[in-house]
Amino acid sequence: MTQSQIARAGSSTGTGSRFWRNKKAYAGIIPFLLLTGLFLLWPTVNVVYGAFFTEEGKFSLDYIKNTIQEEAHWIPFLNTLKISFWTSIVGGLIGALFAWAISTGKPDGIGRRFVMAAGGVLAQFGGVMLAFAFFATFGFNGFVTTFALKFSETSFLASPDWLYGLFGLGVVYTFFQIPLMFIVFLPAVENLKPQWSEASLSLGGSSKDYWFRIGFPVLFPSFLGGILLLFVNAFSAYATAAALISQGTIITPLDIGSALSSEVGGASAPLAKTLSLYMVAVVVIVMALYSLLRKRVSKWENTK
Amino acid sequence: MKLSIPGRIFRAFIILVTGLYLLGPLYGMLDFSTKPLGLEGGRTLRAWTAIGDNPDVASSLIASFSIAIVVMLLVFLLVVPTVIWVHLKLPAFRRPMELICLLPLAIPGIVIVVGIAPLYRWISINVTESPVSLSGVYAMLILPYTYRSLSAALDLVDVATLAEAARTLGASTMRTIFGVVMPTIRSGIMSGVVISLALVLGEFTISALLAFDTLQVVIYLLGRQDGKIAVAVALSALLFVFAILFAIPTTKRQRVILDADVA
Repeated sequence: MTQSQIARAGSSTGTGSRFWRNKKAYAGIIPFLLLTGLFLLWPTVNVVYGAFFTEEGKFSLDYIKNTIQEEAHWIPFLNTLKISFWTSIVGGLIGALFAWAISTGKPDGIGRRFVMAAGGVLAQFGGVMLAFAFFATFGFNGFVTTFALKFSETSFLASPDWLYGLFGLGVVYTFFQIPLMFIVFLPAVENLKPQWSEASLSLGGSSKDYWFRIGFPVLFPSFLGGILLLFVNAFSAYATAAALISQGTIITPLDIGSALSSEVGGASAPLAKTLSLYMVAVVVIVMALYSLLRKRVSKWENTK
Repeated sequence: MKLSIPGRIFRAFIILVTGLYLLGPLYGMLDFSTKPLGLEGGRTLRAWTAIGDNPDVASSLIASFSIAIVVMLLVFLLVVPTVIWVHLKLPAFRRPMELICLLPLAIPGIVIVVGIAPLYRWISINVTESPVSLSGVYAMLILPYTYRSLSAALDLVDVATLAEAARTLGASTMRTIFGVVMPTIRSGIMSGVVISLALVLGEFTISALLAFDTLQVVIYLLGRQDGKIAVAVALSALLFVFAILFAIPTTKRQRVILDADVA
């Protein structure tokens, strides 16, 4: 075959059959699009649409504007932000310290393997099971409560009412935030090169110098990224609160849950959708910050 | 890195305090589930032996495992082949595909319920009332994890060359995807299996609000009647997932856990 023949053969299979091939290629993704369209895209559109339109299908901003002004919805929303903020800070700090403590141990020991698997399970361990674990520990018959009662009837741990409010919920959330931070942050701590601390030492730096001038600045973006993930994690959680708190809607996910289950003839569907849209807005903002941060971190990691 | 003595004390302190906080409630579950009924002392395994006799627990386990199997089938037969297909034949669709797959990260479970409730009302009236229908929405929940571990695995292997070679040897597209590419990236696929199982066994929000009796919903309902059995079941489920994670070799597990949790 001469050059021109090859060229001609190439061009003749070009336009016509490429179009056909592309059509076939698009046909291959139809089942996937049907599935995601039905179970993912349509529900998303449904939530957004429902927040902006009345039951009769008229466009209206009333729900978006008014819902947040009602105290019954505003206070839970504020609570959700508060609990997500505090548990991500506290859980993040403890989890990061724990990651450091574990990273200084043997990297391939059975202990590490155990801690990694336990961390994976406990980070997923939100929800009903976690609420029960806290009932069994700090609840009315829990072992800490019975133990505390033996010493002093007036001690804080002896009357477990604290467990069923916002503070108790925060303590329970922190339980799954710590292992999540541990898992997310461990790779970053393990990335600290021993050469850096050696270099700092041989240049006459103390260990304080090392941490404040090298360690913390290097770890900070990963730490912040971890905190943002923890924030979203707590913000989205429903199951733990549903199992722990049987009455009242102290956080927005419970508020949405009650709007949904009291939905008689779809009366409060717009309410549930509006509250949902608020939640999505917060998560999208935090995730956008997270992906910006990730880009910076990975740029830094790639130049090492 | 060698630690100084104050450093070592600090390290031991952190491990001790964090360990106590994390293990305390687990001990609480063991303690609570083995307490006898009245005020008398001693221990009893009544709650643990009662798990086997409880028909609700058994049927919810069957439901949850059936859902897990259907989710895995959806992932194996639909999601994974489509990701490979787009990788090979439709590069223009890669970006939209990625956006679709990562979308569930931006939508809390409770919000998914709000959006999807009408669909499940329709399904339960017109198609089936079986909890297995939850597989559809659960498959969406694990999309981000499946997609991430898959695309990482696909980037490591030169899939285009592999596919070219398979075609030159006369393999059909289906054979190329299922017989050549999928076995090459099986470790990425395996992590998807682990995640599906852990997610399906732990999911509560969606199934509870859509009124399906999955494992977590039954644990929740049991807690209202007999807390001890509920706690015993919860602890067993926890140990089961721990055993699965512990069984996977370290490096791979680290990735699996990371994939699962960076949500």
